[in-house]
Amino acid sequence: MSKAYLNISRVDMDFTRNGVTNPVLRDINLDVMRGEFISLIGHSGCGKSTVLNIVAGLLKASAGGVIVDGKEVNAPGPDRALVFQNHSLLPWLTVYQNVEIAVEKTFRRTKSAAERREWILHNLEMVNMGHALERLPSEISGGMKQRVGIARALAMEPKVLLLDEPFGALDALTRAHLQDEVMRIQAELHNTVMMITHDVDEAVLLSDRIVMMTNGPSATIGQIMDVELPRPRDRIALADDARYNHYRHEVLSFLYEKQRKVEDIGSRRARARSGDAEKAAVRA
Amino acid sequence: MNPTQTFDRTRLPGTEDKGVSLLARLEPLKAVLLSRVLPPLIILGALVMLWEVLCSRPGAALPSASQMVRETWELITDPFYDNGGNDVGMAWQILASLERVAYGYSLAVVVGVGLGVLVGQSTWALRGLDPLFQVLRTVPPLAWLPISLAGFQDSNPSAIFVIFITAIWPIIINTSVGIRNIPEDYRNVARVIRLNGFEYFWKIMLPAAAPYIFSGLRIGVGLSWLAIVAAEMLIGGVGIGFFIWDAWNSSLISDIILALIYVGIVGFLLDRMVAWVGNRVTRGTAAG
Repeated sequence: MSKAYLNISRVDMDFTRNGVTNPVLRDINLDVMRGEFISLIGHSGCGKSTVLNIVAGLLKASAGGVIVDGKEVNAPGPDRALVFQNHSLLPWLTVYQNVEIAVEKTFRRTKSAAERREWILHNLEMVNMGHALERLPSEISGGMKQRVGIARALAMEPKVLLLDEPFGALDALTRAHLQDEVMRIQAELHNTVMMITHDVDEAVLLSDRIVMMTNGPSATIGQIMDVELPRPRDRIALADDARYNHYRHEVLSFLYEKQRKVEDIGSRRARARSGDAEKAAVRA
Repeated sequence: MNPTQTFDRTRLPGTEDKGVSLLARLEPLKAVLLSRVLPPLIILGALVMLWEVLCSRPGAALPSASQMVRETWELITDPFYDNGGNDVGMAWQILASLERVAYGYSLAVVVGVGLGVLVGQSTWALRGLDPLFQVLRTVPPLAWLPISLAGFQDSNPSAIFVIFITAIWPIIINTSVGIRNIPEDYRNVARVIRLNGFEYFWKIMLPAAAPYIFSGLRIGVGLSWLAIVAAEMLIGGVGIGFFIWDAWNSSLISDIILALIYVGIVGFLLDRMVAWVGNRVTRGTAAG
């Protein structure tokens, strides 16, 4: 237990809306080692983003807590930098300035102005965006925006890098390209990464371990699977790899057999009665 | 390819042959003139002709276009004369009005954005102040004049107050809507990089709300210009509003027409100016 770099213990989460309390998460326990790449996978609405937001400190768990590198999480901070699903770049700032705003704040005391500039450029080079420093977010493609989002997060030198469905909004080719880049960067920097995804291939390709979540309400961790594929991983070579397909099969069977989203008519009616409040809460 | 040709191609635009580049540069300008400037000129010309024809008939109540230019020629050619008192050139009249607008509007911008941020940030402030705003904003500008005259005991601050109270509502309302519409993600970004309240205000809140704020500012400047002309008719002194009223009392209809044209042009320029500043500040994300 004490070896874990990131420790999530006994986290419960309830959302209360209009006086109705909905249990979203129950008893989430997870230890992540330093340098490990973890994926959280589950059906939409199961609360996996809620787990990530609790680790990020954007949400406060109803019970239990999160410890990162020996310190309890109670507020958001640059040590748990987040890459948002929709990139969340500030549209009035250039590519450079979007990274700068994070770097200026995080390293104001520890780096000189020249070092900060160097560091911003270094991180943008790392995601291959060094050529578009003065562009505005509206002038670059979705994939490029997400690269800048990743550079901004990496530039904060986070202890844990949090990725919230980072490639969800991208087309398949761009997504594959960015996945490769994330693998390359991960091999270089040995970051501890926690990624939310609903893409089985993505989870198997990128992760050291895959955390599979049961359906909500009261979602919890259903199964954790080690992915023991050698790195660097090559998506084309792995396509015919028996182990790769075995892992894929494991995750798919968890999602579509054990946690199949079937609702009999009775429970669907009951849910409809509990109304939109629940939907909104689960989505949050 | 001979070497000189490749050399030509790599030359910078500034070093090109003057005669060729000038002609090449004039081409797009010509297209703009034809597509943008010509249509309004044609319509304007047609309307002036119509005016001329309609008002040249015997017994016409209003002066024709040519008569109006003839009668106001002195005013048009010498906008900066100063015979003391109210008898000054059109430029001074307009500048006097613009000065009042500048004071009242600047005050409205500062207070309006401040109140807008407050109402946008705090639900309590919204609930408390919004009903008041909704009622007060429907009060016509001139209805404020008597009460401000009573309060200030002086015409100039009263006119400035009328401008202020007219321009402030759209600024408050648009600013607060802009603040409320800041995406949750921007707040989360600010929380992750740990911006403090002051940094959040300058680096996230104002720029994120800027497109909304500037649409409020544009509406506000238009309304202030509308209000100043009306207010000046009542308070007197130097100013384009009182100039119009004075001309009416002296039956100088041509002067009134000239003043209306100037008022329209100045109002248009004010609107364009705020739109231009907004565009520069928001890097083109503001409408307009």
